[in-house]
Amino acid sequence: MAPPTSPRADLAPAAAPFFEGDAAGLGRGRAAAFVAPALVLVAVFLVFPALWTLYLGTTDYRLTGVAASEPRFVGTDNYRTVLGDGDFHRSLWLTLQFVLGSAVIGQTVLGFSIAWVMRDRPGPVRRLVEGLVLLAWILPSSVIAFLWIALLDRDGGTLNAVLGTPGTAWLLDHPMACVVVFNVWRGTAFSMMLYGAALGNVPPSHLETARLAGASTWQTLRDAVFPRIRGHLLTSLLLVSLWTFNDFTPFLITAGGPDGRSEIMSVYVYRTALGDGRLGFGAAISLIMILINLVIALLYLRALRDRGRARTAEPGGAEAGAARGAAA
Amino acid sequence: MNGTVRELLRRIGLAVFVSAVLGFFALPLLWLAFAPFDANPGISASLPEFTLHNFRVLLDNPYALASLRNSVLLAAGTAALVVTTASLAAYALSRVRVPGRDLLLYVLLLLSSIITGTAAMVPVFLLAFNLHLIDSRLGVILVLTGGLLPAAIFLLKDFTDATPTSYEEAARVFGASPLQVLRHVVLPVIRPGLATVAVWTVAQVWGDFLMPFLLLRNPDKAPASVIMYTFYTEGGQPDLPLISTFSLLYSLPVVLMYLFVSRRYGFRFHGGIKR
Repeated sequence: MAPPTSPRADLAPAAAPFFEGDAAGLGRGRAAAFVAPALVLVAVFLVFPALWTLYLGTTDYRLTGVAASEPRFVGTDNYRTVLGDGDFHRSLWLTLQFVLGSAVIGQTVLGFSIAWVMRDRPGPVRRLVEGLVLLAWILPSSVIAFLWIALLDRDGGTLNAVLGTPGTAWLLDHPMACVVVFNVWRGTAFSMMLYGAALGNVPPSHLETARLAGASTWQTLRDAVFPRIRGHLLTSLLLVSLWTFNDFTPFLITAGGPDGRSEIMSVYVYRTALGDGRLGFGAAISLIMILINLVIALLYLRALRDRGRARTAEPGGAEAGAARGAAA
Repeated sequence: MNGTVRELLRRIGLAVFVSAVLGFFALPLLWLAFAPFDANPGISASLPEFTLHNFRVLLDNPYALASLRNSVLLAAGTAALVVTTASLAAYALSRVRVPGRDLLLYVLLLLSSIITGTAAMVPVFLLAFNLHLIDSRLGVILVLTGGLLPAAIFLLKDFTDATPTSYEEAARVFGASPLQVLRHVVLPVIRPGLATVAVWTVAQVWGDFLMPFLLLRNPDKAPASVIMYTFYTEGGQPDLPLISTFSLLYSLPVVLMYLFVSRRYGFRFHGGIKR
């Protein structure tokens, strides 16, 4: 189709000079100008804060009133304090409970179960279930937090009425459990949709064979389903864990209390850095959070790449849209 | 015989599971649907007593409607900035072969997933402090834009990559400048991508609590997500009629947006639209 010599130069001398691979004729200068605004914004508001955290974590920077003190370099002092700090150990442990309980166990198991039960049942019940789960996902987090505060209220809370446990102060007695259940409620939709898409790629003939062979549900899942969606399970687990680890919304429900019993790491950073004004100390914990994020994100990207490979190796394998969407 | 018993148990188990899931997810949502119209929200035992009085109270609150306006400003401002800068960058990155481009995108995406609002709250706060962006809506918009841009560029580059370059080449043959090509040829073609990124950005900003909470001091500037937490009665209890009514009003736009998107484009994953 394309002629050996490009006619463009003769027809459109006014067009910008272009070089190899420049389909739009932008030229290097204009291309750079197009990329620059985005790059500057990312550099100033994303990359710079990250680098600054490295430095801040080694200072005793403090916030008192409206002014900030002169930062003084203290080396690894903050890190030594953090590692010996009981509040930090507690927040680490609570964060683990939060991530394992709500993301890994709660959302994954519930999300998969719903997707599995609903897999080939079109109809009003399925639409209702999926609609409600999605609605729980798209509502603003402040609203969701408030709904749960109202539900869990000691005196007027609907939960006590439904469970027949009048007078139970759930948020005071079991703050962490409340926060986990709350997060399962608001986050399950993502897993449900992702597994729904993944299950669509398990050949129906496999399920049929398992059924005819009299396999139990668990055997069917283990032998016919899980091996085919292992990539989806792994990537969504890592992604949801990353989100949950960085979630601040539990603060809206319990503010870390009572007595710090639901103070996960994000809330702990907030309290020490901006509540108590210990900016340097807070930055040190932030850096620990960033390092944990880095590990999860690298594992995630690796799992995603492996899944991409498996897909090219096996045509008609996994679903592309979900993978790409999840990457963003 | 054994088979039928097993089948029956399976069906019962299924029904119990579905009912439990329905109950779990419906309960808070029913509360959201009914409490605003209830004269006594919170007292679960009583049947709702229908009233529109709560909406009148909401209108009288000096901060409620202003905070919704602030939410609109933040969401629209961020979406405009994200869509403009991301589409320029994505277009150039898609059409011009820059050395190290893929590495750059990969690193940006990695950075945006590890430098989250919570992990970077200290430097972001200090940055805003030093740039005199504390208590400025622009500050919130800039910070949010910085965090959302990598994913937005990534998404839009995908859309741009998928469109053939032949239209642009044809336009250039007729002497169109690159900006004209972008405006009249490229933008119309990648419009679904722009809409996706805009909706995704609005959804992210609309529900965001942390950044406005950190960076804004004056309640006049606070968006809905933050102002909800100032609604207390004189007795120090959460003002349930006010908060529930406000919650409903504050939720409606995202629900409508979601319905619109799912009707128009079919609901698919684009960057986990929520978070």
